[in-house]
Amino acid sequence: MNSVSQEVVLDSQPINFQPLKERGQREVFCGLTGIIWLHRKIQDAFFLVVGSRTCAHLIQSAAGVMIFAEPRFATAIIDDRDLAGLADANDELDKVVKQLLDRRPDIKLLFLVGSCPSEVIKLDLSRAAQRLGKTFAPKVRILNYSGSGIETTFTQGEDACLAALVQDLPKSTESNQGDEVDLLVVGCLADVVEDQFSRIFKDLGLKSFAFFPPRESTQKIVVGPKTKYLLAQPFLTDTARFLENLGAQRIAAPFPLGVEGTEKWFLAAAQELGVPADTFEKVIAPQRDRANKSLEPHREILQGKSIFFFPDSQLEIPLARYLNRELGMNLMEVGVPYLHRQHMAEELAMLDPKTQLAEGQNVENQLDRCREQQPDMVVCGLGLANPLEAEGFTTKWSIELVFTPIQGFNQAADLAELFARPLTRKNKLMMVEAA
Amino acid sequence: MKLTLWTYEGPPHVGAMRIATAMEKVHYVLHAPQGDTYADLLFTMIERMKKRPPVTYTTFQARDLGSDTAELFKDAARTAYARFQPDLLMVGASCTAELIQDDPGGLAAALDLPVPILPLELPAYQKKENWGAAETFYQMVRLLGQDFVLPPGQQRPARAADAKPSCNILGPTALGFRHRDDVEEISRLLRELGIEVNVVAPLGANPADIARLHEADFNVNLYPETANTAATWMTRSFGQPSTKAIPIGFKGTQAFITEVCQLAGIECDVQKFSQSSKARWYALSVDSTYLTNKRVFIFGDATHAIAAAKVAAHEMGFKVVGLGTYSRELAREVREAAAELGLEAMITDDYLEVEAKITELQPELILGTQMERHIAKRLQIPCAVISSPVHVQDFPARYSPQMGFEGACVLFDSWVHPLMMGLEEHLIGMFRGDFEFHEGAMPSHLGHSSAPMKSEAEQITAPNLNLGNQTLAWETDAEKELNKIPFFVRGKARRNTEKYAVEQGLLSITLETLYDAKAHFKS
Repeated sequence: MNSVSQEVVLDSQPINFQPLKERGQREVFCGLTGIIWLHRKIQDAFFLVVGSRTCAHLIQSAAGVMIFAEPRFATAIIDDRDLAGLADANDELDKVVKQLLDRRPDIKLLFLVGSCPSEVIKLDLSRAAQRLGKTFAPKVRILNYSGSGIETTFTQGEDACLAALVQDLPKSTESNQGDEVDLLVVGCLADVVEDQFSRIFKDLGLKSFAFFPPRESTQKIVVGPKTKYLLAQPFLTDTARFLENLGAQRIAAPFPLGVEGTEKWFLAAAQELGVPADTFEKVIAPQRDRANKSLEPHREILQGKSIFFFPDSQLEIPLARYLNRELGMNLMEVGVPYLHRQHMAEELAMLDPKTQLAEGQNVENQLDRCREQQPDMVVCGLGLANPLEAEGFTTKWSIELVFTPIQGFNQAADLAELFARPLTRKNKLMMVEAA
Repeated sequence: MKLTLWTYEGPPHVGAMRIATAMEKVHYVLHAPQGDTYADLLFTMIERMKKRPPVTYTTFQARDLGSDTAELFKDAARTAYARFQPDLLMVGASCTAELIQDDPGGLAAALDLPVPILPLELPAYQKKENWGAAETFYQMVRLLGQDFVLPPGQQRPARAADAKPSCNILGPTALGFRHRDDVEEISRLLRELGIEVNVVAPLGANPADIARLHEADFNVNLYPETANTAATWMTRSFGQPSTKAIPIGFKGTQAFITEVCQLAGIECDVQKFSQSSKARWYALSVDSTYLTNKRVFIFGDATHAIAAAKVAAHEMGFKVVGLGTYSRELAREVREAAAELGLEAMITDDYLEVEAKITELQPELILGTQMERHIAKRLQIPCAVISSPVHVQDFPARYSPQMGFEGACVLFDSWVHPLMMGLEEHLIGMFRGDFEFHEGAMPSHLGHSSAPMKSEAEQITAPNLNLGNQTLAWETDAEKELNKIPFFVRGKARRNTEKYAVEQGLLSITLETLYDAKAHFKS
């Protein structure tokens, strides 16, 4: 791995993975959970879930109860008066929104977030957003999306949110055509990662690029036929579709996890945007070499260890590819909530062909398989981790992979450490003291 | 529709889960969409339970709504029964399933399973978690106890002359605030008094245990939030009287002993039982005089809030300046307790209202829930947690009951701990404005949590360092980057980078140095 002219992704015959398809109990969050990181990312936005007490309880529990004193998210809890028609749900919602915006004059963007109950009673939040948008324009923009569990799984909440933002982007017209960005990097990344990526793009000689979502909702981004977009996250199906409606074209690439993934991700963009190969090598080589070196101690711990993924964030396939190719781990079952073959094509091409993919979930059956296969490490959600530890497994909470900066060269070793730490810890605690 | 930032209670089906999870040999099939499984983590993460809650979720999706969600429910119930073989199957709906009206009770009955089915109707758009727990427990007690209901007009037969008095302990659940330890403490106390514990329920009970609740002479209603409905029904149906006293605090425990002895028909010297209490002596000792009339604000579930107010006023010598609860079902009791202290109770589940009240009152100590702990942190007011909602730190590894004489000691320690110690407080008064001893400083025994942001900031913006003969400068962008690192590791990152720069003989630290150093120390 020391040259840009390495094998082009998808060069070989694509492997036709046959995932195990399952239905049953899913031990996965719904899309509302995305609010926990989305509200930290878009710092002038507020997320108002229109839902039940369960929704409010979910978000506060998933967030580890009360991290932020006055959070920029809340729930408009539907009660029986709304359901019985004693109160007009739309009037009630208008009241709540007014109360909220009076309280938080700093808010520039309000998302009305649909939930399972609001979907089932067919409360039309897009009409509500239009109506309220007129009332509060131009001070506050009001958008809507659904994070309901009947339609979205965990990270699809971010997809739905970003898709709503894309649909609200200014149309590329003759007057603003010149402002169109060449490259749009799509998907929430930690600020520190964004800044690193930003420096690399600059060093590669790119002048016109932007990250989406922007940190400030008022930042204007113009997307049009000149724009190429690069997905930074593997769960952005709808967002991608709406970007293409604006004329933007996707740069096919693996995801920027691990040294190899990050390099190929940059390479795909560089090739697409005409960066000379020697420039690419000059900029990337020191980053890659440094990152590779920093992986070494973790490889010693992880090499040869087997790993089993329960479905969670859609990051499972890129993570599995990284752990296998760069750290020498053996892949057992890799579960994903759903498989998007197009966005995953470059990843699947690099995935160990022996890997058993599983799509969807029947948690009891999957636990049976896990127990049968006895992996050295299990990646799973918070509901399963302690019970599996109590059975003697070593686990890694998957939610930490969503809340931690793991993308890019400088984070490759951090990512490895997230997996190495549970094993190191188990070793320390289980070590018998020398007599 | 009501704007809610944080909620004190979850939905009622979480209350039902707290019953199911506390018990053995029951299973709960919940008609619910994807996402509702979040509730599992309350038990496995917050309470660190080693087993998953005994709950099967049907996980229906939008596409199922058009077809047959009822069939999905039946499949889930059938499979869950086959896999888990419970002695009782609870069935119900979460908020979304309630809207689609599939009637889980009827569907489960049609499956003809060889175990009792407990259908639960818990209106999610009206009621909340504690109500859900109470209703579930009551319905279960009724279902399994119906064969033992006394015929109208018939008295409960007197206890056999040679039998020991016995009672049930009602109300402890999974995810309860110190329930496990309270049960241990109160069971021991009852044994010492010569009273047998027939059944503890729901915590640790199985359906067969529930069916023999009627055998006890009386009930200890330990947590009225969960047990009131069931206890009232048992008084009516089995002729079992029920306790009113809550054994929280030294005096509360004394009152409880008096009451259970009376219900058991036995003699007991309360004074003899309680003379060794350390909590009582500590409160009387001279060191505690500085606690006198400390202004305290109390908020929690009704049971814990009322008990805390009594302990605060009559055992610690504090002045209670505010008392409230989110338990609307027990609002009357809290109003009475507040009136006795010359206060008007605050009955609300609106976190913002509680925050406004605390801000207005500026108490010296807050006794509350995790929510108030958060408010306290923001307002820099000492705080101890006395009630649910709970967080992981409310399940300490050590034995730490709230009830009984040991519980009184725990209360003394945990309420006094956040406060400044007496002499320390005086010294601050003496040397006002001193750089270490100042009003904004935290108690010294709480270590470095005092004004960390300030010292952190000073450390971070410290200008060029002088390391021996060498002057090391941080470039602006490197400095900025450093500030993006979480504050708790920033100091280490700074030191490592500088050490690395010195080793490399560099004169200034650039962004690249920062990451070179990071990679260097990682490898």
